[in-house]
Amino acid sequence: MATPESIAAFRFGYGFRPGEEPLAAEAMLAGVPAEARAARGSASTIEERAAVYRRFVRLRRQSDGDSAAAKAEVTRARREIARGLAQARAARVAAAVETPNPLYERLVWFWSDHFSVSALTPLAQAIVPAFEPDAIRPNVAGRFVDLLRAAVTHPAMLEYLSQSRSVGPDSAVGRARQRGLNENLAREALELHTLGVGADYSQADVRQFAELLTGLSVSARGDFAFRPDMAEPGAEVVLGHRYGGKRPSLADIDGALADLARHPATARHIATKLAVHFVADAPDPGLVDALADAWTGSGGELMPVYETLVAHPASAAPLGAKVRQPFEFVVASLRAAGPAVPPPGGAGHPAGVNPVAALQRMNQPIWRAPQPNGWPEQAAAWISPPGLTARIDWASALAAAIEADVDPRAFLDDALRDLASDETRAVVRGAAERWEGIALVLASPEFNRR
Amino acid sequence: MSPPATRRGLSRRALLGQGLGAACCLAAAPLVTPVVLAAAPGDNRLVVIVLRGAMDSIAAFPPLGDPAVATMRPGLGRIEGVVELDDRFGMHPALKPLLPFWRRGQLAVAQAVATPYRDKRSHFDGQDLLEAGVSDTGAVHDGWLNRALGLIPGATAETALSVGRENMLLLRGPAPALAWSPGDTLRLRNDERGLLDRLYAGDPLFAAAAKGAVDLSAVDTAGARPDAKGDDPIARFAGQRLAADARIAAFSIIGWDTHVGQANAMVGPLGRLARAITTLADTLGPAWDRTLVVAMTEFGRTARENGSAGTDHGTGGAALLAGGALAGGRVYGDWPGLAEDALYQGRDLMPTADVRHYPALALRALFGLDPAALGRDIFPGLDLDAGPQFLA
Repeated sequence: MATPESIAAFRFGYGFRPGEEPLAAEAMLAGVPAEARAARGSASTIEERAAVYRRFVRLRRQSDGDSAAAKAEVTRARREIARGLAQARAARVAAAVETPNPLYERLVWFWSDHFSVSALTPLAQAIVPAFEPDAIRPNVAGRFVDLLRAAVTHPAMLEYLSQSRSVGPDSAVGRARQRGLNENLAREALELHTLGVGADYSQADVRQFAELLTGLSVSARGDFAFRPDMAEPGAEVVLGHRYGGKRPSLADIDGALADLARHPATARHIATKLAVHFVADAPDPGLVDALADAWTGSGGELMPVYETLVAHPASAAPLGAKVRQPFEFVVASLRAAGPAVPPPGGAGHPAGVNPVAALQRMNQPIWRAPQPNGWPEQAAAWISPPGLTARIDWASALAAAIEADVDPRAFLDDALRDLASDETRAVVRGAAERWEGIALVLASPEFNRR
Repeated sequence: MSPPATRRGLSRRALLGQGLGAACCLAAAPLVTPVVLAAAPGDNRLVVIVLRGAMDSIAAFPPLGDPAVATMRPGLGRIEGVVELDDRFGMHPALKPLLPFWRRGQLAVAQAVATPYRDKRSHFDGQDLLEAGVSDTGAVHDGWLNRALGLIPGATAETALSVGRENMLLLRGPAPALAWSPGDTLRLRNDERGLLDRLYAGDPLFAAAAKGAVDLSAVDTAGARPDAKGDDPIARFAGQRLAADARIAAFSIIGWDTHVGQANAMVGPLGRLARAITTLADTLGPAWDRTLVVAMTEFGRTARENGSAGTDHGTGGAALLAGGALAGGRVYGDWPGLAEDALYQGRDLMPTADVRHYPALALRALFGLDPAALGRDIFPGLDLDAGPQFLA
């Protein structure tokens, strides 16, 4: 029988770490607000990251038809962007591996996926690493409306969903430069970030919301700016509520975001996503109801929603209804490896163990979801022959790096504790070599499910 | 510490570096993603390409004589170097490598088509309906290609396989299918294989994936390696499998969601689409004559250009058909025009045909599927007689 702490460690954390006693889910949650507060204290890197991109653009412009030396400068600038992204990805893995508060990291992952941005273009590759620290990490323990506002107005989101190119046709800029609306962010903010596609909104709402969002922009330095000269004059009506009408202002947009945040469809949409992500691909409807009620009852305060989540009987059910997504699997395996494998990006990390490349092979490159709806949740999306092959390869490479004097049976006890089936114990005992036994633990269904 | 040569991991691929070339290069070109393949009796082949993100049909296949283009698209309407297909429609210059196929009657365009999906204009619901083949998002359970496989006599569990890192809804469902992706080969010693079998014995999902990985490691993967010609490796792999035992293949090409700077943004995905088709034709060789390629997208884009030289989510779009099984060299479908009052809801190209007509007739003609079953089980509600005959 698995203890409640073991279930919580897998369902709400990244599994076990050797030498650490697992905590009850409530105790895991208790550590979340302090992490969010600490994240509020760190300065944004957005301007410095945007500057790297601007340097690349400037060099590229200057190098037109120019010398080989100038072109080499452009290549170097391009590589600097790629290096910044690669370092940030390694650091992202390390943060999840080393955290004393795994539930906080799991929530950061959940919300980053909910507000998915993708490092597709050189600009996005430069600035996407700032998105999570700026918009998500400080806001996961507060009110949803603040998280929503931070995510939707972050330069990475404004670029990813084209909002920075959307101009009110009758605004000063729109008239002078013959520019106009772009519906992209307005649509996805309703469909993905708040109400959900099943909610009762129309194309007219999308259009009006797109008009309302004009003015959200990115400054020349690369940080957020509200540009009244790009904002469509006049009032807009979204879902029957009227916004603006006087001088364009950010307060009108905030008003609409606040109304969307407290809309019952939003509560329902995100309650469902939380239940699906943490508990089961097909969750208990009672859990979804309880989460939506907690959301409505608290006015969109997130901590009471999480409290309901961890305390609900469905969250105490036996593990196995979910497959760990590749990021979770890789992080959990590095945590299980313990001090034998120092985190990526740090000294002593073995060269043959590259979590960023492994995640690419497992089809979950960090900050690179193919579409704005983020990563799939269903088990079958991940456990395909190529997906499982990539996991087994990773398990083998990591096992070889761990091996030294580790007995696979001891490794199994540390990595799976009371969660290992008799069959898995028997298979690991039957391994011919130590590394093989360790790899089998990491490749086992118990380690890959939760 | 590095493991001695005998400790090569459960899968030796990673440590030997075998296949890493393909893995790295596919990863570097992630815009063409999955392939599914199935073997079936007979010599006919069907390739389904899902264009994810909503292809702008008005730029891909511009209506040359439609005067409304200039008013709807003052900037985007002028595309340099459009290839004339006939006196009504052209083809985007990035598709020019396909012109020889048009001349040979092996390329056709289906204009003003759409799935039954309307009004919410969500990519994800739109793609789900396109792949599920149904008319209502509540009815999305499995893929139409999976249901079709279940009706093709002789398309067995052993012969249906899905290739790719992502499970396409198109082939998801009760008909058993395996997945494989170029560069991923699981090689095991016999005793290792026995251990894995026992490890996964109690978990059907893992057991099926492991069995697929082992079985498919026997497939010749050389074809999937990119080469200097710049072929599309996924399409080449699919073409080689189709030239051998496989009869049905599907994969997707992403990058069509051109909200900004569409004139540039479309060149990449259109080029990938052209390259996929030319690669398929090259690798299929004589079998190309018995092949039909259907490239479909979840919906079209707005008739008007938006405020950032792009287009937003629309309704009616186009499908591209290719292959020797086609009566090509012509544009199919009724063109409703882009005049303001001809548009759907005043903004989108009006769909005049159900895009499901094309894969439905292909399944009937190529694999002998029963028309009644097609209109009931594969594409519920589709009237098979409602559209053009487009097969040779």
